[in-house]
Amino acid sequence: MAKVTVDGIEVEVPNGVSVLQACEAAGKEIPRFCYHERLSVAGNCRMCLVEVEKAPKPIASCAYPVADGMKVFTDSEMVRKGRRGVMEFLLINHPLDCPICDQGGECDLQDQAMAYGLDKSRYKEEKRVVTDKYMGPLIKTIMTRCIQCTRCVRFATEVAGVPELGATNRGENMEIGTYVEKALTTELSGNLIDICPVGALTSRPYAFVSRPWELRKTDSVDVLDATGTNIRVDARSGEVLRILPRTNDDVNEEWMADRGRFSFDGLKRRRLDRPWVRKDGKLQPASWGEAFAAIAARLKGVPGEKIGAVAGPLADAEATLALRDLMGALGSRNLECRTDGAAVDASRRDFYTFNTGIAGIEDADALLIIGANPRTEAPVINARIRKRVVAGGFPVGFVGPRGLNLTYAHDWLGEGGVTLRALAQGSHRFNEVLRAAKKPMLILGRGALTRPDGAAVLAAAWKIAAENNMLQPEWHGFNLLHHFGGQVAALDLGFTGGMAAGLEVLFLLGAEPTQLPDGAFVVYQGHHGEAAAGRADVILPGAAYTEKDATWVNTEGRVQHGRLAVYPPGEAREDWKILRALSELLGRRLPYDTLDALRAKLAEANPVFAGRGFVPHGCADSSGPAGDPAAVSDAPFALTVTNYWQADPISRASPTMAECARVYGAPQARLAAE
Amino acid sequence: MALSDKDRIFTNLYGLHDWRLEAARKRGHWDGTKALLEKGRDWIIEEVKNSGLRGRGGAGFPTGLKWSFMPKQSDGRPHYLVVNSDESEPGTCKDRDILRHDPHTLVEGCLIAGVAMGAHAGYIYVRGEYYNEHLVLQAAIDEAYAAGLIGPNACGSGWDFDLYVHRGAGAYICGEETALIESLEGKKGMPRLKPPFPAAVGLYGCPSTVNNVETIAVVPTILRRGAAWFAGFGRPKNSGTKIFCIQGHVNKPCNVEEEMSIPLRELIERHAGGVRGGWDNLLAVIPGGSSTPMIPKSVCDDVLMDFDALREHRTGLGTAGVIVMDKSTDLIKAIARLSAFYKHESCGQCTPCREGMGWVKRMMDRMVEGRAEVAEIDVLEQVTRQIEGHTICALADGGVWPVQGLIRHFRPLMEERIAAYKAAKGSPEPTLPMAAE
Amino acid sequence: MTTPDTPVAFEQPESFAFDAESEAAIEKIIKRYPPGRQASAVIPLLYVVQRQMKRQTGSAWVPEKGMDAVAARLGMAPIRVYEVATFYFMFNMKPIGTYHLQVCGTTPCWLRGSDEVFRACKDAAQVSGYGQTSADGMFTLSEVECMGACVNAPILCVDDDYYEDLDYARTVALIEALRRGERPKPGSMIGRQTSAPEGGPLVLTEIPGE
Repeated sequence: MAKVTVDGIEVEVPNGVSVLQACEAAGKEIPRFCYHERLSVAGNCRMCLVEVEKAPKPIASCAYPVADGMKVFTDSEMVRKGRRGVMEFLLINHPLDCPICDQGGECDLQDQAMAYGLDKSRYKEEKRVVTDKYMGPLIKTIMTRCIQCTRCVRFATEVAGVPELGATNRGENMEIGTYVEKALTTELSGNLIDICPVGALTSRPYAFVSRPWELRKTDSVDVLDATGTNIRVDARSGEVLRILPRTNDDVNEEWMADRGRFSFDGLKRRRLDRPWVRKDGKLQPASWGEAFAAIAARLKGVPGEKIGAVAGPLADAEATLALRDLMGALGSRNLECRTDGAAVDASRRDFYTFNTGIAGIEDADALLIIGANPRTEAPVINARIRKRVVAGGFPVGFVGPRGLNLTYAHDWLGEGGVTLRALAQGSHRFNEVLRAAKKPMLILGRGALTRPDGAAVLAAAWKIAAENNMLQPEWHGFNLLHHFGGQVAALDLGFTGGMAAGLEVLFLLGAEPTQLPDGAFVVYQGHHGEAAAGRADVILPGAAYTEKDATWVNTEGRVQHGRLAVYPPGEAREDWKILRALSELLGRRLPYDTLDALRAKLAEANPVFAGRGFVPHGCADSSGPAGDPAAVSDAPFALTVTNYWQADPISRASPTMAECARVYGAPQARLAAE
Repeated sequence: MALSDKDRIFTNLYGLHDWRLEAARKRGHWDGTKALLEKGRDWIIEEVKNSGLRGRGGAGFPTGLKWSFMPKQSDGRPHYLVVNSDESEPGTCKDRDILRHDPHTLVEGCLIAGVAMGAHAGYIYVRGEYYNEHLVLQAAIDEAYAAGLIGPNACGSGWDFDLYVHRGAGAYICGEETALIESLEGKKGMPRLKPPFPAAVGLYGCPSTVNNVETIAVVPTILRRGAAWFAGFGRPKNSGTKIFCIQGHVNKPCNVEEEMSIPLRELIERHAGGVRGGWDNLLAVIPGGSSTPMIPKSVCDDVLMDFDALREHRTGLGTAGVIVMDKSTDLIKAIARLSAFYKHESCGQCTPCREGMGWVKRMMDRMVEGRAEVAEIDVLEQVTRQIEGHTICALADGGVWPVQGLIRHFRPLMEERIAAYKAAKGSPEPTLPMAAE
Repeated sequence: MTTPDTPVAFEQPESFAFDAESEAAIEKIIKRYPPGRQASAVIPLLYVVQRQMKRQTGSAWVPEKGMDAVAARLGMAPIRVYEVATFYFMFNMKPIGTYHLQVCGTTPCWLRGSDEVFRACKDAAQVSGYGQTSADGMFTLSEVECMGACVNAPILCVDDDYYEDLDYARTVALIEALRRGERPKPGSMIGRQTSAPEGGPLVLTEIPGE
C-alpha cells in the first residue's frame, strides 16, 4: 500500500494504482475524456492533469503510478491552467452545434466546458471539418465532433475483439474510422455510443428523437438474451425511446448487446393490442369479456388431463406461476416450457444454470465450449470470456462448427458427438488441459440439447465436468447457456411436466411450439402475433418486458426485477393480471390480488424467488442427470441462434433489426481472423 | 585553438576515403576491439561516464549514466540496443555522414554498447528518406559479419551480437525514443507514457536503451584513447568533440567535427566561410536544430557552443544544427515555416499538440502577413505556454520554443509587420463574435 | 470552415499478390525480428508493396489490397496496417507519376532558396503545384519536411535520390535530364565534396588515405 496525500487528504491505496484512482479514493473528481476504467490507458486527452509535489510539469493522473509519500494537488493554479488550456484546445475545432447534437445534455465535453471552458473563443482560424464515416446501421457518426480520445478504437479492439476501428493519418488530420468502409462486425456496437464522450458516435435510431431531460427513466432487465443485462428504459409519453445498460459488475459490467439495445422499435409493431376470438373460422376483434367467455365456454366439461399450457422463452416468473396455478386449479399437469425441445433436466438447479457465474469466468483457468456460440447467444458474456482470454493463461477448447470467429483464439476440437464422447471418456488431448487446470469450466449451449440425443449430450457434458476437476466443493464449472430471459424462471417453477396426447385445450403464454395438436382449442396470450397467434382461437393481449413489473431469472439463475416503463398498448394488460381475471371468470380464483401477494407465492413455489441476485456456489453432489453419456450420436453440433438480429418476436418486428439482418447478410460462419 | 585532425573521430566525415572495412581499419577502426570488450561492461560504462559524453541526439543526457540504468542481470528477457538514426530535426544532417562515410565506427560502437548493456541484439532505426545511406550501412554490417566482428562470438570475445537495420518511413516523431520503439514494433510512431522507461520496458517489452548514432559512434575512439582524452575537449560537463552542421546564410555551409564549447562566431567563420555579407550582416542564429529558440546577433557575438552556455541564453545545443540567418531574412516567415513543420509532424495523440500546433501555425501564417492585432501576439504566446509541458513527449515543447524565441527577441518586428498591414490594407477583417464554445 | 478532402478518383486494384522478387525480399525481412514479432516488418513490407507496384505499374504506391496482403502475411488486423500506412509520409496512398519530385520546404532549405526549386519544378515538370501530377503522368510534385541534408540545401529528392545545392537553373536542368530518361548522379549539383564546404575540405586534410 502507498500513502498518498491528495489536496491535504491522506489516503492509502494499493501500489501500482494510478494517481487518478488515488484522487478518486480521496473523493476528488478528476475530469477525463480518454480514460475509461474498462479500457487500456491512453493518456492522450490530457484533461486529467494534476500537480505532483516537486514535479516541474503537471502530470496526466490516469497514467501515472502512485508512489508512497506522494503529494498531489488537484486544484492548484498549475492544474487549473493546464485543464483550461486543454479544454480550449478541445473546443477550437469542435463544432458549436450543441443545439442539434444528440449528445446534448449528457455530453462530457459540454459538462467539462462548464467547469473549465472560457466564455468566448479566441480561435479565429478555420475550423476543421471531418467526413462522416459509415460504421453500420446502428451508429450515426458526426466525425467533426470527434475529440480523438480513441475510446472507441480501444473498445472495439479490446472489449469487442473486433479490431476494425482505427485512427488513420496523423496530427490534426487524424481520423477515427474503419478506413475501408464497412459496418463493424460486432454485436456490441451500441456500447460505442455510450463510451464516446462527445456526440461523434450517436445512436442512429435515436437521432433527433429526444433530450435526456424529457425522458422517464426506469430500471429494468434485458430479456432478449439470457445474460440478464441490467438496463434503463428511457420513455416519453408512453413510448420507449431508447434502452441503455446500467452498470452491474457481476453481470454486464457496463456493456449491452445490440439486439437488447436496439430492437425496442419492435415493441410498437405487430402488437396484439386487443383480444381476438375466432368466429366462423376467422379471428375477429373482441372484448375482454367475449374472449374470457369463449374460453370458459370451451373449457366447460373438459377434464384436466385434456388441458395443457406452454410457457414461452420471454415469459416472466409471475405470469408463469399464475399460469401454473391456473392449470393446477383446472386439474392439468400438462406443462411445458422447453418449446425448443431442449432436453434440459430441471430436477436439480445446477443441471440447468450457469453455475460459475458470469463474473466467475474471470476466476476460471480453462474453458470448454460445447455446441454454443456465446458471441451470438450472449454477446456480453462472450465479452467477459474474451476479457479472461486477454488476461492470459486461459485455454479455450471448442466443440462445434469449425472456423467460427468468437473474437478470441480458441482450440477447435471437433464438430460434434465424436469429440464429445472422447472428452467424456477422458481420452481427448484437451482433457489434459482441463485436468491441469485448477478452476476449469465448460459452457454447454442450450441448442446442443435440442437434438434427439439431447439428454445424452447433457449427461456427457456433466460427466466431463465431473471427471475433469470442474465440480468442487468451492467451484462449480458446469454451465448451461440459455438463450432468453424467461427460460430459467419457468424451469425454476417446474413448468416441465410434458404434454399428454389428445389435448383439447392448449394455453400458450408467448409460446411458439413447433407443432400444435390437431383440433385443439388454442388460447394465445402474448404481445406479438406470430404463427401461433394466427392459429389461435382466442388471443389475449399481454405485456412486453418493458410494460410490466416482473421477475426475471438469467442463465446464472440470478433473480432480478424489471419495472414497468410504459403501459401496455391498447387493451393489452400485464400477464399475471390477465390470468388472475380469467381464473375468476372460470370460478377458480387465484389466491393473489397484488403483485406482493403473488411474489410471496413465488417464494413459496421456489425459495430462490425469495432472494434477489446470484449466490456463488460450489458443487456438493457430482452425480449427474439421467441420460447415457455414451449414447451421444456422431452428429455435428448445429448452432441454433443463426440469425442474431432476429432471434425473438420483438426483434423480428423491429425495422432496425431488419436493417441489421440485411446489412450483415445471411447468417454464416465467419472465418477466424487468428 | 581548434581541433586538429589527429583528434577527430570521424576521419572520413566527407567521404574522401573508402568507407569499407579495410579502409576503415586503416583509419583505426576495429582496432583492438576484443581487448576493449574483455575489460568488461563495468569498465566500459565507467570509461564512458568519465569521458563526460552526453547524448548527441538533442537532449544531452549523460550516456554512461543512461547505460547504467540497464538491469545488471537479465530476468530472462533479452536486452536490446536501439540506435536512433531517425535524424529529422530541421538543421541536422550529421548522422547521415556517419552512416554513409564512417559506418564502421557506428557498427563497432554498437557492439561495444551492446556488451555494456548486456544486449545480444541491436536495431539501427534509419529514417526512411536515407535510402542510399541505409544501403551503405547494411553493407558495412554485412562486412562486419563476414569478418567475424559481429555475429556469434563477435571479435572472438565470446559475446554474440546481432545487428539489424530498420528503416522508418517519414515521421519526425519517431526520433522520440519511445515513438521509435513503437514504430520498430510495427505500430504508429506514437510516444509511450512514461514511466515505465525503456530501460525497464522498452522494445518488445524488454529492457532497452535508445542512443543517437553519433553518441554510439564516438564510443570506440573514447575507449581506445581514454576517457581523459575526450574529457579534455570543451568545458567541464560539456566535454568532447561534436559534429556541427553549419547552414543557412553562411558563405560555405558544411558539416565539421569540432571541439565542444567552441565560440559560435569562430565556428562559423573558421569553417563555414563566415556569415554572408560579413558578421555584421548577421540577424539571428538557431543554434541547435529547429527546436532550440533563436538567439539574436548580440548573443551570437560571444556565445560558446555547448549545453550550458546556450542554456544560459534560454536556448540549447540540441543537435548542433546551426541555422544562420542574415539581415535579409524574414524571421517571422522562417519561424512560421517551422510551425508548419511541427504541425505536420505532430503524431496527433495529445490534445494540446494535435490542436495547438495547427492553431500556432495558422496564427504564425497571419503574423507573416501582419494580418493580426497586436494583442494577438500575446494570445500566440499564451497558446504556446498552454501547449508546452502538457504533452506526453517533447515534440510540442520543441515546436513552440522557436515561436517563443521569436517573440522574446523580435516582438517589435512582429508589431511593425502588423502596423504595416494596417497601413496598407486597414484593420484585418473583424471576425464574427462567437458565443462560448 | 475547411472542407473535407474530396477524394480524387482513382481505381484501387481488385487484387494484390506478392511476386517472386517481393517474396524473396520478405523472406529476408522477416528474419530480422524475433519470433512472434513479425508485426515489426510492417513498414518494410509496405515498402515491398510500393516497390512492386512501381515495377508492375510504373507508379510507386500502396493500394488497399496491398495493405491487406501485408496484414495477412504478418497476422495483423488490416486496420492496424492502414493506420501505419497513413501515419508515415513515405507511403503514397494513391498513384503517383513516374518520378516523385520531393521538394524540401523546411526552413533550412527555404533560407537557401527552396522556393526557387519549387518554381523550377512547376515550370520544368509542368505540374500545377504540390500534390499534383503532370498531365503526361511523368512527375508528381510533393513538398516534404526536412530531409536531413541541410548543409547542402536546397535539395530535391527524386524517388530515393537526393540532389543537393540546387537553384532554379540547376533544378530545371535536372528535370529535363530526367525527362530524357537520364538519371544524373545524385549528390551536390555544384560538384561539392558531400558535406564539406564549397571549394574543398578545410579539415581532415591530414588523414592518410588508403
